[in-house]
Amino acid sequence: MSRAGRGLRGVVLVTTLAGFALPILAGLGLTAAAAFGYLPAIGARTVSTQAFSQLFAQPGLAESLRLTLLTGLASTLLSLIGACALLAHAPRVTRLLPPLLATPHAALALGLAFLLSPSGWIARLLAPLAGWDTPPPLATVNDPLGLALTLGLVAKELPFLLLMLTAAQNRLPVRKYLTLGAALGHSAASVWLKVILPQLYPLIRLPVFIVLAYAMSVVDMALILGPGQPPPLAVALTRWFTDPDPAMILPASAGALLLVALIAAAIAAWLLAERGLARLGLLWLRRGQRNRHLSLAPAALPAAVLIGAGLFALLLLALWAFAFRWSFPDLLPQSLTLRGWMRGQWAAPALTTLALALATTTLSLLLAIAWLEGEDRGHLPRARWATALLLAPLLLPQIGFLFGLNTLFLRLNLAPLPAVIWAQMLFVFPYVLLTLSDPWRALDPRQIRAAAALGAGPLRRLLRIKLPLLAAPLLSAAALGIAVSTAQFLPTLFMGAGRVPTLTTEAVALASGADRRAAAISGLLLAALPLLAYALALSLPPLIFRHRRDMKAHSDA
Amino acid sequence: MLELAALSITPRGGLPLFAPLTLAIPPGEVCTLMGPSGIGKSTLLDAIGGHLSPDFTLTGDIRLNGQSLLPLPAESRRVGLMFQEALLFPHLSVGDNLAFGLDPAVKPRAARRAAIEAALADAGLAGFYSRDPATLSGGQRARAALMRALLAKPRALLLDEPFSRLDASLRADIRRFTFDHARAEAIPTLLVTHDASDAMATGGPVHHLA
Repeated sequence: MSRAGRGLRGVVLVTTLAGFALPILAGLGLTAAAAFGYLPAIGARTVSTQAFSQLFAQPGLAESLRLTLLTGLASTLLSLIGACALLAHAPRVTRLLPPLLATPHAALALGLAFLLSPSGWIARLLAPLAGWDTPPPLATVNDPLGLALTLGLVAKELPFLLLMLTAAQNRLPVRKYLTLGAALGHSAASVWLKVILPQLYPLIRLPVFIVLAYAMSVVDMALILGPGQPPPLAVALTRWFTDPDPAMILPASAGALLLVALIAAAIAAWLLAERGLARLGLLWLRRGQRNRHLSLAPAALPAAVLIGAGLFALLLLALWAFAFRWSFPDLLPQSLTLRGWMRGQWAAPALTTLALALATTTLSLLLAIAWLEGEDRGHLPRARWATALLLAPLLLPQIGFLFGLNTLFLRLNLAPLPAVIWAQMLFVFPYVLLTLSDPWRALDPRQIRAAAALGAGPLRRLLRIKLPLLAAPLLSAAALGIAVSTAQFLPTLFMGAGRVPTLTTEAVALASGADRRAAAISGLLLAALPLLAYALALSLPPLIFRHRRDMKAHSDA
Repeated sequence: MLELAALSITPRGGLPLFAPLTLAIPPGEVCTLMGPSGIGKSTLLDAIGGHLSPDFTLTGDIRLNGQSLLPLPAESRRVGLMFQEALLFPHLSVGDNLAFGLDPAVKPRAARRAAIEAALADAGLAGFYSRDPATLSGGQRARAALMRALLAKPRALLLDEPFSRLDASLRADIRRFTFDHARAEAIPTLLVTHDASDAMATGGPVHHLA
């Protein structure tokens, strides 16, 4: 460790501890205190387990737990299987992923609702065959089994895992393995399952757990696609936390702890299953079968169809946003209109969303640059505690600490807007830093040494060499930051106390209403904002460095 | 004068890379260091330039014109560095690469521009100010990189096998160009190479690391 950059590292350390570790710990602590009956704000000062008794007495709790576990595990498993099958069988599909990766959960859920609901596009397509003049009485969304929610989660998480797998795949000599395997008489599917995936999986284990934790604690998508009575646990907790009766906060807090435990148990079960599968896989490999007729197509096909459905759902979102009359069972709107847009109700939430995204992304980028530069100057590898701190907000269910965090922010007398910015940054900053870390470390250190040998001090090296060379990854990280901020539902709902309406909160609120066009406008803008950010991030570096051929390698990085 | 006094470098938890090294390079002399791969030639250059990773410890002293360099950070040592690749900054034009190296004391803007244009002409790159470094040939890049290093007015120059990637015909040209400039500007220069012809061309002393 070098002494260089101590001051910078000190500032970063204090900022991350005060800005991230303490709020998360305090949030968890205050939620746990409320779970055990201590919440002075509502006069509860007796430590007891009564809140848990209240929680377990809630009607439908067992069903909520079952739904949470099933939708979480099933969607993660299906996303993983689909992503693996597509990577092996149809890697070109990755070109279609950017819109789905950029679209927030709520916007995709809204589009899928327009596709799957009884009056949705699929029902319209089938109407002539089935003889439907009116939407059929089927629960195709908000179904009690959570199938629509599972499908929605897979449509959103499969592209994410496929992206992670594609990046991991570049570290392995996949082509050589396939050639070698074929020379030994193995089918491509056999090589994928026995040789490549066992090496790829450990590289994406963490994203898989992030997906699992997210799927088990998702609220916005569950409100739009999931069952309502009873809902998954995270939705039930959100309702109790926002119940007019403040006493409900106590069982809600107990439920938040239960959700944390449930996710931990699911991850533990997943790890156990991994070990079992690894043993079975080894036994399979040792038998020496070539499995010449084995194909991953049966899994790749539905996965590709689902990606197509996700993209089509976004198209439906756009159509509904401009539809004037679109009666059942017409496949297309009879006429288009700008009437919904002229009312301008979308403007304030859109501006708030944009302002929040810009503020959180700018602050996160600055902090991430300071963090990485501090590591550079001290020649430090990332400490384990720092990695754990970064991952905590991504692996913990948001509802597990947001109530406590809200209590803390109220005590600090924080206004809603700064409180929302702070809360959103807990999720934006880790993604920005994690995305920027690899390209930062991949910078040729000799370029930096050459600059130092020319007399450039640390600040000049940062501003004149590192940041310009990292323009493309910086812009990509910014686009991701904007996508993450835009997608935040619970932090905005809890910290904003309903006074900071954003496109996400509006889209979720309007999803259950009668005005599909208003919901579609919010959903479309919600999908468009991150997409626009990504489009800018991809198109700006080639434009800025159009006369610098070697910067293309940096842009592609 | 660049002096190494009983200099030894040890990786963390390991043995010293080479026996303590003592040598003195007077102004304008090009001294060659040879030795087997992995013995730490490039690490030695890192130590002199101020780029040594904290995974290594250093004993002995490095002095330039009588002053110890050890307490100084890389950017304050004024020790120029050239690698196997020219490492021109890809986001800057050829001229701006040189501007990055040019001593900030050179003012005003017109004088800076003139100094860069003169250096470009010296390197046979007249009119190349706005060119993308990616469009230069290997030899042109090597000359531009040397000019960038010289414009920073280095008090010593470290050459880390800078000719090894050039083809034979170009190699002799660039070598002569580099050594002539080092001698003309009276810069003590330390060359690390595997190639005996590079060592012979310096006309200076040759040390073997062991």
